[in-house]
Amino acid sequence: MRRLWRLNPRTVDRLVGGLIWAAAVSTLLILLFVIVYVSANGFPRLSWGFLTGKPQNMGRAGGIWPMIVSTAAISAMAVLIATPVGVATAIYLTEYTRESLLTRAIRFGTEALAGIPSIIFGLFGFVFFVVYLGLGWSLLSGALTLSLMILPTIVRTSEEAILTVPRAYREVSFSLGASRWQMVTTVVLPGALPGITTGVVLGLGRTVSETAAVILTAGSALHLPRSIFAPGRTMAVHFYILAREGLSDNMAWATGAVLLLSILLINVVINRALVALVRRRAVR
Amino acid sequence: MDRPKFEIRDLSYYYGSNRALHRVSLEIPANAITVLFGPAGGGKTTLLRLLNRLNDLVPGTRLEGRILLDGKDIYSPDVDVPALRRRVGMVFALPLPLPMSILENVTYGPRLSGLKNSKRLLEIAEKALRGAALWDEVRDRLHEPALSLSGGQQQRLCLARVLALEPEVILLDEPTSGLDPISTAKVEESLKALKKNYTIVIVPHSVQQAARLADVAAFLLMGELVEYGPGPRLFTRPQDKRTEDYITGRFG
Amino acid sequence: MKEKLIEAVLLGLALTAILSLFVITAFILQAGLPLLISYGPWRFLTGLTWAPTEGEFGILPMLVGSLWVTVGALLFGVPLGLAVAIFAAEYAPSWAAVAMRPAIQLLAGIPSVIYGFIGLKILVPLIRDNLGGPGLSVLAGSLVLAVMILPNVIAISEDAIRAVPQTYRDGALALGATHWQTIWRVVLPAARSGIVAAIVLSMGRAVGETMAVIMLVGNSLRLPISPLDPATTLTSNIGLEMGYASGAHRQALFATGIVLFVLIMALNSLASLFRRRPASA
Ligand SMILES: Nc1ncnc2c1ncn2[C@@H]1O[C@H](COP(=O)(O)OP(=O)(O)OP(=O)(O)O)[C@@H](O)[C@H]1O
Ligand SMILES: [Mg+2]
Repeated sequence: MRRLWRLNPRTVDRLVGGLIWAAAVSTLLILLFVIVYVSANGFPRLSWGFLTGKPQNMGRAGGIWPMIVSTAAISAMAVLIATPVGVATAIYLTEYTRESLLTRAIRFGTEALAGIPSIIFGLFGFVFFVVYLGLGWSLLSGALTLSLMILPTIVRTSEEAILTVPRAYREVSFSLGASRWQMVTTVVLPGALPGITTGVVLGLGRTVSETAAVILTAGSALHLPRSIFAPGRTMAVHFYILAREGLSDNMAWATGAVLLLSILLINVVINRALVALVRRRAVR
Repeated sequence: MDRPKFEIRDLSYYYGSNRALHRVSLEIPANAITVLFGPAGGGKTTLLRLLNRLNDLVPGTRLEGRILLDGKDIYSPDVDVPALRRRVGMVFALPLPLPMSILENVTYGPRLSGLKNSKRLLEIAEKALRGAALWDEVRDRLHEPALSLSGGQQQRLCLARVLALEPEVILLDEPTSGLDPISTAKVEESLKALKKNYTIVIVPHSVQQAARLADVAAFLLMGELVEYGPGPRLFTRPQDKRTEDYITGRFG
Repeated sequence: MKEKLIEAVLLGLALTAILSLFVITAFILQAGLPLLISYGPWRFLTGLTWAPTEGEFGILPMLVGSLWVTVGALLFGVPLGLAVAIFAAEYAPSWAAVAMRPAIQLLAGIPSVIYGFIGLKILVPLIRDNLGGPGLSVLAGSLVLAVMILPNVIAISEDAIRAVPQTYRDGALALGATHWQTIWRVVLPAARSGIVAAIVLSMGRAVGETMAVIMLVGNSLRLPISPLDPATTLTSNIGLEMGYASGAHRQALFATGIVLFVLIMALNSLASLFRRRPASA
């Protein structure tokens, strides 16, 4: 390296600069390729019947309506469970305590949970929700498992969002006779809402794309789930089974396209929320 | 002016090991303007914030002595702190409207105490905004964001927000420091009009303002109360050399 | 009174995370520990044969498989990710830096099964036809995992690089260093601990990834030697066999889960250790 410097630092500088631009461009190309490849393979096979029909012959033909329903139900439930818990955790950490052994324990738990791979969540969800609590392979077991998985994301983003609300607003609220909870609901939460939304939607995205944890807890039943206690197959699981077992590449890609489209839509919402957050900060 | 609104008895206050107030004893009369003045770091803001327990929010502090409001210790454990803060309102140095509409800002306090009737809220808002000499300027734009007002208007909005609580005491910490002379004059006029019905404690942003407003004045220097007495006397014939130096230094 | 109640409820909810961590640990242990003990931890970890029907549960091939796949992923993913992080923090015009963020975020959001299937359709034949072997291999898994850890590597290293005070750069540039010399000699050393954290954390992600790996590594139970060999990893074995395992076999999968769990916890603790250390020159 040293010799290179001596040789001609300017040349090295230009060379490395080129490589670094190339790295950035290739990363974007990878993303673009994934999107284009899935779209090109999937969209031509999409149809109204595919979206609203039942799968036939193990998914080799027909549609994915039951999978759409299962995905929506599991994701919605997971988010509905994790959001209040996550936001409450963030509020407790930021507004109700000072740093202490307890808060460190809570933070440690959150951080550790964030690092656990989804297959472990799957194993846990299986022994705990499916077997121990007797919920069986069901939408509910899947949602409960996923809610634990996305809890750290929601806690972290909510906490960050809450910290962007200026201290002065809290003082004003208190000085006008607000109790702590009134201060939280009238000043902190409205100000943190865009950031919290980002976290929740980020979590939603993870639940939609998750496979390992869901297949072990919600099962892979093909029919339309009639209740939250019934098993169901999400789009991601369906895609996996079609793809891995070589049942039908066409159907797999069509499912993949719907899956990817959902993820894209979810990301658009995230970015909207982020923009709102940035705007709000600029106003202050 | 029979019985003092606030009686401050032998008050000392510490941020960690840093002493901000040292054995301050002071009586704040009702229906008058009391001015707390002195050089930077003297403890004026601290004293003000102790009067409605806003400093409860600052960690690692210690208080000695007593503060009585109408004869009752506001730091005794059975005090309802939000209720105390509704009785003792505060206007901050910077205009700090909350990110809501003008109307929502003014009615924030009453809404916290559970008032929902929108007709009643509007009446309260009008009265408070008139009290802060802002009504005529905002009557047609009550639903616009408060942040769209000018700095001077924002500060009067903050005053109106406190008035809407119908408090007994109004605390103001350099409320005109960010304002132009015309807005400043408007705020001062409002205060003079308000003292009939309220007890007002203000940290002025200049000695001139102190002299203009003071019924009673207290001079704080490095956490100690050097001198206090009727405003007109204190500003023309200060008893303490340090008070005199400070006043004349500024006037000079 | 009402306030006290609210605070108690909030505290209760805030304890969910730590409580679940506790319950997760307890249940995984309870499900896997009996077999781990009766079979013998050493035999379990170093055994070469995994034959559930014969009661043989040696996970060494999977440990090695996980190791190879992870090392491979880091080998490809870290340099690329670091370069992108340097780009975003040091080279990119501000519009490009702003445009990168949602792109990287989207890259992280794409389901791993999709990455896996694309790898299966494109990389596997490429490897088979050009490099030999069955195609389903450590290499295929590594390459796809490299893409999957990219967002992690980029986000954390970018933060670390941005946290280096501007004065450091100004000092070096004032002494006549080129842009790259400044980055190489001043910025990267100062951001070192954050970058190490990014690498260790990504290692955890790579070790823990399941579905894409199942689709790519070929799931052979033999010890992988060359990057072109098929392999099984700790995760892929659990993912494949959980569906039908029972009895001792299922317990052995949970025991594998314990090993994975311990490994990940160790990596994440290591990462947070590095992350907490402030940037220093
Ligand atoms: N939140 C705080 N934490 C620690 N020390 C503080 C805090 N607020 C004030 N102090 C200290 O208390 C002392 C009094 O400060 P205070 O703000 O009450 O003075 P002041 O008279 O209002 O000054 P100024 O005219 O600058 O507003 C100062 O020494 C200050 O450093
Ligand atoms: Mg002050």
